[in-house]
Amino acid sequence: MASMRSIKRRKESVQSTQQITKAMKLVSTVKLQRSKTRAEQSKDYFTCMYATVKSMLAKVGEVNHPYLKAPDTSKKGVIVITSNRGLAGGYNSNVIKLVTNGDFVKEDLKVYAIGKKGKDALSKKGYEIAGDYSDFIEDPVYVEAMQICEQVLKAYADGEIGEIYLAYTAFKNTVSHVPTLLKLLPVEQGEADGEVSDTNAMMNFEMDEAEALDMIIPKYVTSLIYGGMVEAVASENGARMQAMDSATSNAEEMIDKLSLQYNRARQGSITQELTEIIAGAQAIS
Amino acid sequence: MADERDFELSIITPDRVFYRGYAHMVEFNTSEGEVGIYKNHIPMTFLIKPGILTIHESEEVKEAALHAGFVEVLGDRITIMAEIIEWPAEIDEQRAQAAMDRAKERIEQKDSATDIARAETALARAVARIEVLK
Repeated sequence: MASMRSIKRRKESVQSTQQITKAMKLVSTVKLQRSKTRAEQSKDYFTCMYATVKSMLAKVGEVNHPYLKAPDTSKKGVIVITSNRGLAGGYNSNVIKLVTNGDFVKEDLKVYAIGKKGKDALSKKGYEIAGDYSDFIEDPVYVEAMQICEQVLKAYADGEIGEIYLAYTAFKNTVSHVPTLLKLLPVEQGEADGEVSDTNAMMNFEMDEAEALDMIIPKYVTSLIYGGMVEAVASENGARMQAMDSATSNAEEMIDKLSLQYNRARQGSITQELTEIIAGAQAIS
Repeated sequence: MADERDFELSIITPDRVFYRGYAHMVEFNTSEGEVGIYKNHIPMTFLIKPGILTIHESEEVKEAALHAGFVEVLGDRITIMAEIIEWPAEIDEQRAQAAMDRAKERIEQKDSATDIARAETALARAVARIEVLK
């Protein structure tokens, strides 16, 4: 049986770990509240944007526009949104798995990383990192999404990449976060919902349709990137909260087990001491 | 309250719902010039240029500086997808003034290195901000 001292030391170390995980859980709970409201507030914009673009495309019909037709290249670009910090359970690795286990060919893929964890893991695996925007994930601002969008669209327009994907974690609610792979460009056309296309049946454009697409598609991509970032932050904090919660309860369990062991060892040593004293007294008399 | 010439107006930005309510006319600046829209306009999509947004409610007239985005008009419902929009109270006049001076300077210099289109947008934004404060 392990000595009393070593059990005690072990218990203390688990206790201090528990204190840290408890504090981290509290911090991420607060952060989650904030990022959740933010994600909810911006949701309106994206659903609106999505519906508008879909109905617009359905109306426009077959147009030969660069944003709707892939350039002639097998290269693909993927924007990977992860966190800068770990200790969030499977949050980061789930997003990375989307990229590594997907249908992507490693040599043909350019990674635009938002978040250090994703960048590090993918570059270690030998993926090409075309851009690193890790600072942006700390506190996403719309202007930053615009910058990323500009860069990615430039690569697309230059024919460096033929398709653009977005890998992020969608925030469904506090406990459910779904790693999602979304195709940004070329925009898929056609399957607009019946209801939406009805109300927009005769949408007119003040300007030329191609011009309108030129202007609106980048806004659409930007809004999706921004939405992805905002949701990813909420998911990150949610995942971290859950991970820290289970870590805290695991520590609790370990402490209980160690306390039991410690008490047994204490009792054992007292019994032993007593036996020794009695044996000694008997030997003298 | 909403009377029959009113339409539903929502102004949505990436961060929040900026405005939601009823109005009988809304004016803004588009890529083809300034427009004013009443109820039952034909369905149309406009692209925003920096300018003043004026909302005519039944009793009140509200103004805001609207810089980028697009507008979707659908009969009795108008949605403004605004990337950047501010109420006059949110504008810092000194900053706008400084931005205007800077943009003007850039355009006058005609340096090949400066992005003229960008400077012009910045100027238009600054002008809209200052206008709406007046």
